[in-house]
Amino acid sequence: MKLEHLSALNKARVERRAIVLVTDVATGEQRIVPGENIAGDVMADQLDAALRSGKSGGVEHEGKSYFLTVQTPPVRLIVIGAVHISQALAPMAKVAGLDLTIIDPRTAFATPDRFPDVNLIAEWPQNVLPGIKPDRYTGFACFTHDPKIDDPALEVALRAECFYIGALGSRKTHAKRVERLTGLGFSPEAIARIRAPIGLDIGAVSPAEIAVSVLGEVIQALRKKPLRTEAPVKAGAAA
Amino acid sequence: MLASDDDILARAEDWRKAGKGVAIATVIETWGSAPRPVGSHLVIDGDGNFLGSVSGGCVEGDVITQAVDVIEDGKPRTIEFGVADETAWRAGLSCGGRIRVYVEKVN
Repeated sequence: MKLEHLSALNKARVERRAIVLVTDVATGEQRIVPGENIAGDVMADQLDAALRSGKSGGVEHEGKSYFLTVQTPPVRLIVIGAVHISQALAPMAKVAGLDLTIIDPRTAFATPDRFPDVNLIAEWPQNVLPGIKPDRYTGFACFTHDPKIDDPALEVALRAECFYIGALGSRKTHAKRVERLTGLGFSPEAIARIRAPIGLDIGAVSPAEIAVSVLGEVIQALRKKPLRTEAPVKAGAAA
Repeated sequence: MLASDDDILARAEDWRKAGKGVAIATVIETWGSAPRPVGSHLVIDGDGNFLGSVSGGCVEGDVITQAVDVIEDGKPRTIEFGVADETAWRAGLSCGGRIRVYVEKVN
């Protein structure tokens, strides 16, 4: 491995960018493919699949064996609202390997007692999100239904092209949300990326069940389709 | 502290930049109950210092020995380990799995 390739891998990791090192196992020949260049690569399909799975592995291409060293940033989930669903979601997200942060400015909700061992921030989303720097490997689930709290987070999530953006609320609540975001200049395509009603349609009723449906939807968004061609999936009602 | 695969590659870069000979070993294929997943790294310097792992400690000794050769001759190589291998007694995987490890020098 050339030192410059090693440096590129390490730099991408620090900067939370996806990158693949392609090694011809027989010859030792190597090349680096940054995540944003994958679409135009001769091995686009294989690289894309590798990036979505986030796993290193061997592939065959035109009769040659290659090893793909895949590096994707740890996936983060930012939950807006320290509510009952969030309490159920926190341990599940942890088990699923997501790096979870819960933000809620309402100090009555955002207490360590209610959220043991959770990265909990009792601040307004607009004050803390710039420091967190959401990116496409960040998902957002907004659970407050309060426009004052959810909307600023949704704005950040849409601009950052987060792989998953979900917002709790009835169709009526969401229709009003769409109006507000349209007023802020977001296109219908951008707004359509918000999963609302939030969660997979599994008939979830209790907070824990809704948490399962949201977690399932997050994983679906992460694994099932290419991150960069994320198309909105219309999920059924879960809340 | 337990080193993650991320720290391991960062360390490899540090070692190389400090002028050391460095090799990176990567698990490229596994069969059966291999102890470390594909993509796991072990980095080795010319003095045999190492960080990370490619197995549960079963074959690291052999990989390190070969890595020192790789640092010297610069030629990457693929090594296979497993219970079916004739090196089983010396450097086999007690868990019954088999692994292929790619060892390369950092130039």
